[in-house]
Amino acid sequence: MSPTLTTSSEANGNVSAATARAAATAAAKAEQTGPQTITLAKALNTAMADAMHADPSVLVFGEDVGMLGGVFRITDGLTKTFGKSRCFDTPLAESGIVGMAVGMAMNGMRPVIEMQFDAFAYPAFEQIVSHVAKMHNRTKGTVKLPMVIRVPYAGGIGGVEHHCDSSEAYYAHTAGLKVFTPATVADGYRMLREAIDSDDPVMFMEPKKLYWSKDQVDLDALRAEHAENTERGTSSEGRAAVARPGTDATLIAYGPSVPTALAAAAAAAEEGRSLEVIDVRSLVPFDDETICASVRKTGRAVVIAEAHGFASVASEIVARVQERCFHHLAAPIRRVTGFDVPYPAPKLEHYYLPGVDRILDAVDDLQWED
Amino acid sequence: MTISADHTAQHPAPEAQTPGAAAPGPAPEDAASEAVRKFGITVEDYMLPARHQIQMVGPDGTLTPHTEQGAQPGHEYSLPGDDELLAAYEQLVVGRRVNDQNSALVRQGRMAVYPSSHGQEACQVAAALCLSEGDWMFPTYRDSVAVMARGVDPVQTMTLFRGDWHGGYDPSRHKVGIQCTPLTTQLLHGVGVAHAAKLRGEDTVVLAMCGDGATSEGDFHEALNFAAVFHLPVVFFVQNNQYAISVPLAHQSVAPSLAHKAVGYGMAGERVDGNDIVALLAVLGRAVRLAREGSGPLLVEAHTYRMQAHTNADDATRYRQDSEVAEWVAKDPLSRMKTYMTDRGLLDDDRAAGIAEKAEAVATQLREGLSEEVPVEPQDLFKYVFSTPTPQLKEQSAMLADELARDATSKSEVAK
Repeated sequence: MSPTLTTSSEANGNVSAATARAAATAAAKAEQTGPQTITLAKALNTAMADAMHADPSVLVFGEDVGMLGGVFRITDGLTKTFGKSRCFDTPLAESGIVGMAVGMAMNGMRPVIEMQFDAFAYPAFEQIVSHVAKMHNRTKGTVKLPMVIRVPYAGGIGGVEHHCDSSEAYYAHTAGLKVFTPATVADGYRMLREAIDSDDPVMFMEPKKLYWSKDQVDLDALRAEHAENTERGTSSEGRAAVARPGTDATLIAYGPSVPTALAAAAAAAEEGRSLEVIDVRSLVPFDDETICASVRKTGRAVVIAEAHGFASVASEIVARVQERCFHHLAAPIRRVTGFDVPYPAPKLEHYYLPGVDRILDAVDDLQWED
Repeated sequence: MTISADHTAQHPAPEAQTPGAAAPGPAPEDAASEAVRKFGITVEDYMLPARHQIQMVGPDGTLTPHTEQGAQPGHEYSLPGDDELLAAYEQLVVGRRVNDQNSALVRQGRMAVYPSSHGQEACQVAAALCLSEGDWMFPTYRDSVAVMARGVDPVQTMTLFRGDWHGGYDPSRHKVGIQCTPLTTQLLHGVGVAHAAKLRGEDTVVLAMCGDGATSEGDFHEALNFAAVFHLPVVFFVQNNQYAISVPLAHQSVAPSLAHKAVGYGMAGERVDGNDIVALLAVLGRAVRLAREGSGPLLVEAHTYRMQAHTNADDATRYRQDSEVAEWVAKDPLSRMKTYMTDRGLLDDDRAAGIAEKAEAVATQLREGLSEEVPVEPQDLFKYVFSTPTPQLKEQSAMLADELARDATSKSEVAK
């Protein structure tokens, strides 16, 4: 392609060429079928690649997402596969990234943008709160913003300050934003596809400590599931999942806290206590139904989250559940959350993070002797 | 025009690439080099604004002598055609009438607030007239006259200020962003619209508007930089009306002019007499044309004055002298244009009467439209938060419906 073509035809050519190329790549790639062991990072990467393959209006951009593939490599290979028109680096300015995505979404694109780290998304806060969240409302539904803001969030990786914030409450508190947070490899694929499909903006909170967690998943089966859901207009969007069934008490967790809750349930089982673990998955919309059904069954609940407890998503969950399940409760609902302190330095973070012991202590406190 | 595409579009197609070849290719031929070739001037002379603001018709309504218009090589402007001037004059008169009518409606309590562009009508009208049908405008709260001049229904435009909803028109239909209150945030939306259009190969130009005070905001910087780096067809139009509520420009910036900021982003800047619609049409027209031809973004600063207070809630006498306002009365955009048009023989009494009649019709439309009591629908609160309401919103909507039903029942019982 000559570098002296006109701007418009060149850009246009790039998009269609990239789409054709992606199709060819996908077809040529004799990808392993059936169950395979992959990381959450790979699941997210595959979800974006599949979405970009399916729809030329899906674009990926942010800081270092191009050649480098993102500091966590979640966008690895997308530029190579889809071209620089579809996955590209931006200047280092988060408000600019989000604000430009708003305009692109207004004009027919479906941007999937990356905030490099939780705390580095704060410069974009005004764009997110005043525009991303409100545009549909302000325009009486005439402007939809089908955009996804991916945020690697939370701690547990020994990161230095400003790299480990649990910022989900800011977004969950803002009317007009959907807030998803996957905890499993399969959900990484499933939920990111749903987020990209959503006509409303989604804050996609990715637990960075789980990026390299592995699981055996069948990507083709997940693709088929997505295709079927698209055709039928059904999906798991907005639904919580029972991550481990149990009968004695319910552990309610999301994102990075789900594996911790599962570990606590496994330890409790050895002591003869059967704990049900709920993975909330979607903070907005919130699945009162699944969560309350579990708590009504067990009569006891502990909410687990890494974020500070005060005025948090965990607090909201406690309030909602007690409003709806009060007469089924044998004990007050407990929270196990981060302390109300700025996220600690690496050598102190294990004191801060909710761990198995702290969860089991809270479970022990649920008035079993009554 | 053979100008380079943006950094993302000009490299060889990725299928031809080997792994690792996604690295940046040779430096793109940028807007500046293109200008050097096109205008035969240096990069600096292209990017820096002309030494003086561009003015074509002076405050007294006479044509500024060509040598004093501020033009210099690479910054040359020709007079817009008579039809264009006549259309612009008509819109100026309508715009002034709209401003006066809306201020009156606020005083009468029919509207909550109205940030008037009285004195800035030339900027308002030129902003709308410089664009083609497929182009987009991203206005601020003070740009209602520009929004109307772009063809949006006057009463729909006023919805925000009447207080029945945050916006009253469909931005996609009119290609006019919703009037934006948070400063300069909309410039980035304009950048995004232009970027999407460019990727699809459309020749859309975006005019993104803000004021002098807004140039202090971070998003001003991010928007200009993004537009420049991605080489997007955006014209940033700064109406420098001297005040950000009460704070004069000297407290916002000590740059030689706001137009000079362009050079820092690698784009061209120009400053223009913001009360001279002839110069505005010429300067904005050239900027839009260059942007469409692939020059990348441009920055135009119009030097004007906010004749009235920030809004009806503001008291301008606390921070500026009447004498200063009086100086600007003499530079009024309407009276100078009326003189100019009359002297040129483009405007006679009949034509002036016809234009006044059109302006009056718009004022009547506003008076009638805004006097009408439009019932608000409480359930609209929940309708537009998401495309499909969440279970939580459905619950809250049912709660409000129930409250209203009980209110209605108790009222009817009282009536019995």
